[in-house]
Amino acid sequence: MTMLTAMCAIFAITILVIILAYIAVRGVSAINIEFLIDTPKPVGEGGGIGNAILGSALMTLLATAIGLPIGIGAGVYLAEFGDNWFGNTVRFLADTLIGVPSIIVGIFVYTIVVLPMSRQSGFAGALSLAIIMIPIVARTTEEMIRLVPKSMREGALALGAPQWRVTWNIVMPAAASGIATGAMLSIARISGETAPLLFTALNSRFYNYFFDQPMASLTVQIYNYATGPFEIEHQMAWAATLILVGLILFINIVVRFLTKKKY
Amino acid sequence: MGNKITVKNLNFFYGKDQALFDISLKIPEREVMAFVGPSGCGKSTFLRVLNRMNDTIPYARIEGEVKIDGKDIYKAKTDVVALRRKVGMVFQKSNPFPKSIFDNVAYGIRINRMHSSKKDLAERVEKALKDAALWEEVKDRLPTSAFGLSGGQQQRLCIARALAVQPEVILMDEPASALDPIATQKIEELVVELKKKYTIVIVTHNMQQAARISDRTAFFMLGKLIEVNPTEKMFTNPDDKLTEDYITGRFG
Ligand SMILES: Nc1ncnc2c1ncn2[C@@H]1O[C@H](COP(=O)(O)OP(=O)(O)O)[C@@H](O)[C@H]1O
Ligand SMILES: [Mg+2]
Repeated sequence: MTMLTAMCAIFAITILVIILAYIAVRGVSAINIEFLIDTPKPVGEGGGIGNAILGSALMTLLATAIGLPIGIGAGVYLAEFGDNWFGNTVRFLADTLIGVPSIIVGIFVYTIVVLPMSRQSGFAGALSLAIIMIPIVARTTEEMIRLVPKSMREGALALGAPQWRVTWNIVMPAAASGIATGAMLSIARISGETAPLLFTALNSRFYNYFFDQPMASLTVQIYNYATGPFEIEHQMAWAATLILVGLILFINIVVRFLTKKKY
Repeated sequence: MGNKITVKNLNFFYGKDQALFDISLKIPEREVMAFVGPSGCGKSTFLRVLNRMNDTIPYARIEGEVKIDGKDIYKAKTDVVALRRKVGMVFQKSNPFPKSIFDNVAYGIRINRMHSSKKDLAERVEKALKDAALWEEVKDRLPTSAFGLSGGQQQRLCIARALAVQPEVILMDEPASALDPIATQKIEELVVELKKKYTIVIVTHNMQQAARISDRTAFFMLGKLIEVNPTEKMFTNPDDKLTEDYITGRFG
């Protein structure tokens, strides 16, 4: 039994290492400063992913600004006050939404934002990412808050603290590192999304700082390069993939540090 | 001395299960009263009636009268926050907050806005820690995490935290049951010291402990109050046969 599970573990690790190594080998040759700051250019004239990195960063930032407070708020509600039919309904819907393929979220946002505005935009892209993020953050927040021992709440209540203060300055800080972990993991998750951005943010060949315009993103740029006919494009796709994987790896390492408890 | 707490014909239910049966009891001011009895007999439940901690259990129900300083604490217009400030509680398992030592003690002072300045806050924290006989051990590490303290220190920290809001009654639910003999002795000495200023109700499963520190002892069994008497009488010449059997160890 131990042997079998150990072999499964080795198999999983091996695949992961192979993928990472392959990306690194294929990608590293095309990476240089120009590639990191240039905008895409016609094939053969070089070009890079600077605007895509910026677009991904901006959309992830806006998505986080929308999704994190709503997700955490919903999670707190579910954990502290959600033992009723409404809480159960929200929980069920959140779990369903987590299981929905992200392309469907893209189509949804396309219908309610892109069509009325008759334009793809960074905002629509960020909104799809936020919608993907909210249920994940809500459910991890709820779980983390439920882990805070009852005795700690009672200790605060016994000092005359009203319920909202117990939640706000005892339960939330006690669950903070867990909540932060969930948040970072959800950010890592959305920064790898492609499908919902294809409909909503589309792409852009330029540096764009405004959310009402189509916006480039790393993932869509990878998709474009990878599906192009030329070998040089494929190389750039690998290089962009390496950057993206590096960023996600970085987020995961930050999560590791956050989960080390302070108190 | 007068009675601080008066309970009359108290019945308590967890849903359909009755946990306390027709309990009437007077607890005198500035004394230590010990609750003893086999586990599951309702000692904790009764203790938590006295600061309305059972309010957090939605299916709990109470009948009868509980008066503190002559006021019925289960009246609709009772200020539960004020009640809990007046009736502090120390739990079986020490439960410091995930904060620094200082912030643990300051918590109740802050939420009840009892301090006039930062200096005043620091003085109140110091006083509470001194009253809990913990000051000397922690005065150089106030900003460090409360989880760095030993079990016994954590429990005294929880006592300091309760003292900081200047309660009049302190409820203690087996506060030393998880501690080693030396830490237990410190808690016991502290209880004896504290009764000069506070009315103390302490649940204990340790008969010697009850005998050592309490002025009166109440013996519970199966949700009923069997006997309450001055501790000395209780342990030498109890009125009830059940009490005698329990104390002499025939029950457990
Ligand atoms: N939250 C609760 N819900 C339902 N029943 C409970 C709850 N807490 C305690 N009880 C029951 O009430 C009875 C008295 O428990 P408790 O007051 O904890 O006893 P003791 O402190 O003397 O050991 C026990 O039968 C216990 O199972
Ligand atoms: Mg108990």
